[in-house]
Amino acid sequence: MRARISELAWRNLVHDKVRLFVTVTGVVFAVVLIVVELGLFLGFTTTTSSLIDRSEADIWMTAARVPYIEAGVAFSERKLSTVLATPGVARAAKYIARFSQWQRHDGRQESVQVVGFEPGRGLGGPWNVVEGNVDDLRQPDNVFIDEVYKDALGVTRVGEIFEMHGHRARIAGFTRGIRAFTTSPYVFTSFKSAQDFASVPEDQTVYILVKVAAGERVDAVRQRLAARVKDVDVLTRAAFSSKTRFYWMFTTGAGVAVLLAALLGLVVGFVVVAQTIYATTMDHLREYGTLKAMGATNGYLYRVIIEQAVISAIVGYTLAMFVSAFIVNSSAKGGAAILLPWQMAAGVLGLTILMCAGAAIVSINKVMRLDPATVFKG
Amino acid sequence: MALIEARDLVKTYAQGEAAIRALDAASLDVRAGELMLLVGPSGSGKTTLLSIAGCILRPTSGSLRVLGDEVTGRRERDLPAIRRERIGFVFQAFNLFPTLTTLQNVALALDLKGIAGRAARDRAAALLERVGLGAKLSAFPADLSGGQKQRVAIARALAGDPPIILADEPTAALDSQSGRAVMTLLQQLAHERDRGVVIVTHDNRMLGYADRIVRMEDGRIVGDEPRPRGGWEEAVA
Repeated sequence: MRARISELAWRNLVHDKVRLFVTVTGVVFAVVLIVVELGLFLGFTTTTSSLIDRSEADIWMTAARVPYIEAGVAFSERKLSTVLATPGVARAAKYIARFSQWQRHDGRQESVQVVGFEPGRGLGGPWNVVEGNVDDLRQPDNVFIDEVYKDALGVTRVGEIFEMHGHRARIAGFTRGIRAFTTSPYVFTSFKSAQDFASVPEDQTVYILVKVAAGERVDAVRQRLAARVKDVDVLTRAAFSSKTRFYWMFTTGAGVAVLLAALLGLVVGFVVVAQTIYATTMDHLREYGTLKAMGATNGYLYRVIIEQAVISAIVGYTLAMFVSAFIVNSSAKGGAAILLPWQMAAGVLGLTILMCAGAAIVSINKVMRLDPATVFKG
Repeated sequence: MALIEARDLVKTYAQGEAAIRALDAASLDVRAGELMLLVGPSGSGKTTLLSIAGCILRPTSGSLRVLGDEVTGRRERDLPAIRRERIGFVFQAFNLFPTLTTLQNVALALDLKGIAGRAARDRAAALLERVGLGAKLSAFPADLSGGQKQRVAIARALAGDPPIILADEPTAALDSQSGRAVMTLLQQLAHERDRGVVIVTHDNRMLGYADRIVRMEDGRIVGDEPRPRGGWEEAVA
């Protein structure tokens, strides 16, 4: 029975090619809008917490009540020795994330975020290095930036010298794809250099990153640290990451705006698909009445209409994914990261099918209430 | 046993505060091997009676048995199965699916009965062959004449092998020659295949094909007369 239902659904759809074009275009538009907005949301959220997520640290220690990574407050680095003496800690390192000013050769100042870490400790360094060696950051004043910000910072090659906060900064390498959520690019450097670039006093740090020893439970070590080290917040990596994401996405309203745009895409798609499927159903109402008179159950008719909606969804989704992939690839070279992981692509497929099936319900109601006796009205 | 036994069927419709009695105590038996014509002026209740007999419309009161089963008390969801298994419909406007070929139109009726794939295609092709359209399996309804469309509709009505065929003005949209061909086909179904065929018609030229003519007026059956078996030529004469 399925083959015939599919055949009827497919032929009903392709019979009016203009209407099919409108339906599929509506689905494509909606899906692209949803993918781009959700991808932006995902890109934003991933970007806001990328320093934390890629830090390799299990635990982040911050000054009390720090709401997000860019708002860190310096505290005494002497706490590091207490941390290192705590059972369950494999290693720990000082870390800085602070805004500073970058002086371009043309005299223009650019806001940057200095990321200072301790090379050799394996915590908090840059990733996706495409030029240079992370060990070069052991040298004073050496910095890494992401290649996407070369133009913004006026950088052309390794070895160039710039100035940050009155201190010499030498380009030692480049990373790829490490975007900052704010307009200030990340500048990776050693902890010591970062203290100079970001005006952090010599005996202070902004964060302490902790790697838990193998076999130890992260939360148990976190509790131990919280009990031993006073006046700091001790957070797991996931907790600090969530806190930072939540701040940027919801406290600032940036995420809500993006999510609303995605919802708008869903509504637009729903309305377009509902209208066209309803119009298609109206065109074929007599045929549905005939099917009812011939003994088709409501379930049979339901499946024909739903299959029309699902076919529209799948065709529209497939085309939309080509458009979306193009946009996502283009965004990789631009300023905004749009992510499209397979889980999101699969989720959007489900959402598209639900949207189209939901849009078909109006038509289904019409057919369910159809009086089969109408077929005798010549 | 009659294929359809209708007793004292009444159908009233509300129209504002008034009630319109479309069918008034109509009783009727439809027998196998018999071609019955339901005739009468417009608004006499012919189509209402046909719709009730076909389990498409529920009577306000009265009894209806289809192949011996009382159906007036059945739940709405039980009626599609009765229509599917026991009754074939032929409509004035053919009601073919314009997006499907003739073969697919007929196979669709088999699909409703759960027959699909090659079995459905072979049976649909055989039915179209039987109505003289073996060469038109891939044609779409838009490519067929009115007579050919109605023959496809008859093949479709036969797809479920129902003992009862109900036809509503099957020749109204056809020219004389096509009308004759369709009536001959329906007559053969009654006489050679032992089906009970009920045809609602305004067309007096069809009277000669009837084994029985039931006349209706104002929702009532006012005449029920058996006829000697004849044909189109006799009717015209």
